[in-house]
Order: sequence, then C-alpha cells, then structure tokens
Amino acid sequence: MPLEIDHIRKTYGKFPALGGVSLRAEDSEFIALLGPSGSGKTTLLRCIAGLEVPDSGSIRFRGESLLAQKVRDRRIGLVFQHYALFRHMTAAQNVAFGLRAKRGKERPNNRQINARVEELIALVQLDGLAGRYPSQLSGGQRQRVALARALAIEPRILLLDEPFGALDAKVRRELRRWLRQLHERTGLTTIFVTHDQEEALELADRVALLKDGALEQVGTPEELYHQPATPFVFEFLGDVVKLPCEIVDGAAVFAGARAKLLGGSLTRAGSGLAYVRPDAFDIVVGESEGLKAVLRDVVSAGASARLDCLFDGGEPIEIRAPHDVALQLKIGDRVTLRPREARVW
Amino acid sequence: MSVTDASASAKRWRFREPSALGGFWPSFSFVVLYLSIIVLIPLAALALRPWELGLEGVWRVVSSERTVAALKLSFGAAAIAASVNAVFGTIVAWALVRYEFPGKRVIDALVDLPFALPTAVAGIALASIYAPNGLIGAAFAPHDIRIAYTPVGVMVALVFIGFPFVVRAVQPVLADLDRDVEEAAATLGASRWRTISQVIWPAIAPAILTGFALAFARAVGEYGSVIFIAGNIPMVSEIAPLLIVIKLEEFDYAGAAAIGLAMLCVSFVMLFLLNGAHALMTRRGAA
Repeated sequence: MPLEIDHIRKTYGKFPALGGVSLRAEDSEFIALLGPSGSGKTTLLRCIAGLEVPDSGSIRFRGESLLAQKVRDRRIGLVFQHYALFRHMTAAQNVAFGLRAKRGKERPNNRQINARVEELIALVQLDGLAGRYPSQLSGGQRQRVALARALAIEPRILLLDEPFGALDAKVRRELRRWLRQLHERTGLTTIFVTHDQEEALELADRVALLKDGALEQVGTPEELYHQPATPFVFEFLGDVVKLPCEIVDGAAVFAGARAKLLGGSLTRAGSGLAYVRPDAFDIVVGESEGLKAVLRDVVSAGASARLDCLFDGGEPIEIRAPHDVALQLKIGDRVTLRPREARVW
Repeated sequence: MSVTDASASAKRWRFREPSALGGFWPSFSFVVLYLSIIVLIPLAALALRPWELGLEGVWRVVSSERTVAALKLSFGAAAIAASVNAVFGTIVAWALVRYEFPGKRVIDALVDLPFALPTAVAGIALASIYAPNGLIGAAFAPHDIRIAYTPVGVMVALVFIGFPFVVRAVQPVLADLDRDVEEAAATLGASRWRTISQVIWPAIAPAILTGFALAFARAVGEYGSVIFIAGNIPMVSEIAPLLIVIKLEEFDYAGAAAIGLAMLCVSFVMLFLLNGAHALMTRRGAA
C-alpha cells in the first residue's frame, strides 16, 4: 500500500479542519478529494505535502512515515491553484528549479538538466515557449509549466490543489482530459483536490467526498453517483428536489403516483422526505394521479429545458425536461408531475 | 503581455494611442506646464547662473580642495547611509510584514517619524545624543571614538532621515509576495537559503533598489539635520549644501550655483544609473 493516511486531525485555533481522516491510495491511483469549501480537502493535501503539520495521526508512504520528513525531503510534487510560478524565471528555469536544488551527487550536471527540462517541456506540450516568462503565458500554459516543474523532481506522489480552478470552462475541460492522459502515461499516484463534482467524477479512479473535515463517502465515481451513502453525497453530486412522500410496499407514493425507491431504507413504511433529481420527472398535461402544479416559465438551458412550476399549495419547484417535452407545454398549463425514482433516507 | 501584434509595427507612428477615455490633452498639458514651473525652469536658472564666472572660474570653484572634499563627503556619506538603510530597512520591512507581535502597529507608525520631524529638530536631538557627553556618545568616548562632529556623525544623520524610504518601498512588495511561491520552492526540495536567495531576493531587489535611490537622493540634499551633528569643519565634516549656504552668505551667488550645478550633474548621473539598473531588474518577468 503506497500511501496510507491514518486518522489525521488538524485544528486551526478552535476550528476543526480535519477530524480524523483515513484514506489509502493504491499504486498509480488517481484520487479526487471532493468537497465544498471549508471541508478540509486542501488542508489534507497540505498535510501530505508537509506544508501543514497535523495535530495527530500518521501518513505513511510505502511504510515509512512522511510526517518525520521535512517538506523538501519528501519528494512530493505539488501543483497550486494559482500556479505559484517564479515570476522572474523563464518556463525552462522554473522547470529546472527542483533539479538545480538537488544536493551532492544527486544533482545532475547542466547537460542532464537541460535534457530533462526539454523532455518535460515537450511532455506538457509547451515546445517553443520554454524561454517565455510566466507573464507571457496564458493561464492554461502557466499551469502546465507548474505541472512540469512538479514532475521534474520525479515525485513519489503528485498532489494537485484545484489546479484548474482559475481557468475558464473550455480550457478546464481540455486540461482535464489531457491530465488524465498524462496520468495514464506516467502512472504516478495522484491526489487531486476539487470542489467541482463533474471534474472529480470524470477524472478520478476513486472519489473521496469530504464534509466538515470528515470523509462522507469514498468510492468509484459510479458508486458515489449511483449508491450515495448519505443525502449530502446525493445533493453534492447534482441538483436535488426534496418532496414529502408516503412509502408503501417499497415504493414512494406522491399523491397517488408511484415512484421507484432507490437505495435508502426500502423496508421502512410511513411518510418520508424523498430526494429526486430534477430530470427524473414525467410530465403530464392536465390533471391525473401525481403532483398537481401550474407551469410558470420554460427556460431553455443547454441540452434540456428548465421548467418553473408552482404546486397548488403555493410551493415553487424547478425540474428539467428534454426540449421535445418542453415544446408541447405552454406557460400557464396545468400539469401533473410524477417522479420516476426517488431516494429516501 | 509583451507579445506585440505584428500589425502594430506597420501602423504609422502616433504621439499616443487613441483611447475611449478622454482627458489626455488637458492632463498632458498640465504635466508639461507644472514640471516646467516647478522643476525645469529653476534648474535651468541654476544651470545658467555659474557661467558669469567663465568656464575657468566655474572650474576653479568646483575643483577647489574645499569643494571637492565637501562633494566627496556629501555623496560618499549619502551612499553609505543609503546602503545601511537598504540592509536594515529591508529587515524591518520583513519583520513588519512577516510576523505578528505586540506593538507592531506602533513600530509601523514610528518608521515614518523621520519624515514628519522637522529636520533641525532631528539634527539637534541627534547631536545631543551622539556628542561625547551625550547618551550614546558617552559610551563611545572612553574608546576614543567620536561620532558627533565627524563624518561618522554626518552618516548617522543621513541614516536617520533616509530610513523610512527603504522600509516603505519594500513593505508592499513583500506583502504582495505569495506564500505559495515559497511553499512551491520547499516542495521542490530547495533549502531555506536557496528559497531566499533565488525566489524572494529577485522579487524584492528592485524595491530595495528603489528605496536605496530615494534614500540616497534625499541624503545628498539633506541640510537641516546634518549641520547640527556635523560640526562643519572645512575639509573634514562640511557637506556640500552647507558650502552653498556659506557662498550665498558671502553674496557669491555664481559660486554657489557652480557647486549646485556640480551636485546636480553627479545626482543626475547616479539616478540615471540606478534607474537603468532598476529597469534591468524588472524587465524580466514584469507583468
């Protein structure tokens, strides 16, 4: 087991940032630490890198304790959200920094350093830009320089702290795909911090979802998405509509309309609060079995349409439907909403 | 961004780039007018005045032993004082930016005191403290070291009045320096010394140089605080500004202007060099 994080605790003043987190990473595994801001994901990353000292717990890499080592001896690559490049050095000099900082006989000679830098610049696809200063590079290019710089020291683990957080959506998606390919090529154990669930689900082999300094669920993206352990996980991974329902014979019943009950406490009977994805509704024009509402507005939002409805009780609800369904509806129509599937905890 | 558009060079040269935000001509005219009245015309008068002595006469004044000694002292002491301030001002700025400690705000305010104090008051205070019977002077007197009424005293006064410049120039730059960058250096295996010399130093060096230039320029022209502590012994502790005042009191206006012109030329060359060095330092990586 290459990386074992065991019961890490960290408190800032009275604020408990991490409350005993344990996590393991396999060789060549790509793990995403996902969570809202303040959940402790960056703190955990900084503890692994050595930039924070945990109050208690242990972090081991192939059996040896990382906490006993200084930051500079850990050989753990870290990529920062805001790049943290050395502004007065060119891209190539930035990449070479870690190699030049090596001591004694570990330090390669200038020819070896130049060769290695060239190789890394090519790896991050910045050929021809090696002589540029960070201020002359775009955000995406800067982050690739930062990545090459971290890879130069041949790190044992690669840590990325919201590396694409400061980039625009399109560049972010491109770099995301590219990072995944790079990981497959280098096979480096990687831990990636993000608050973007889409990023985590797309990139990671396993996702660790943190909430208030504790792990909420750890699993593959499929497990998290299809078998969320808690309402928090379900809500964090997508939009949710919460509706009261009756549980009858293992199904959730909404004003007479039956919905499939997924996971949760299937055997329970009585009333409960159902968690439904906004796109898991059947919409029927007119009144029938189900939740009766009035359609107030239809907003075309990307691949599907958003329907703003008002329940008869006066409660608003937002659901999503494919465009062809939305086209058959008029604002002011009376509609009946039938959830197809729901989760009750 | 220094990536220039290729088509830009093909465009015909313009005095200024067109801008949607108006007000260029009023502000530009004002700058020219103001600079002329405040700086250029007085300096032109200064540059013209000495020549009534004739070239030879000007040379005689400027190359006289007493003038040369005064100029050497003024520029030498100013350079040493600015260097001292560059070192210790940087340390003070570092402490004020990097650490939290009780009384930090008071110390931060104290830094500006040399700006606020009338220089004569500072001069008298320094003279009384550093005189052989003064608080600090008495400690040195038994070892036969004299501070007041020697060139060392001149330096002490110049260190005092130049101190805030370096602190105030370096402080904002240090505060702006991201922790990230130092942390990145540490994760890359750099020692603390390597991080300071290769990461922090290049980032703050231009600011230190700016502070040095300001402190130096201020010290060269300083008069009030120096004359009390210097003792003003010709050839030993007489500064050039004082020599100018002496010439004026003798109604030798042209002679005074000649020394003034000499100071102007040396100052101009030094500030030009310092600015050049600053431009070299900041050109790289300036965003």
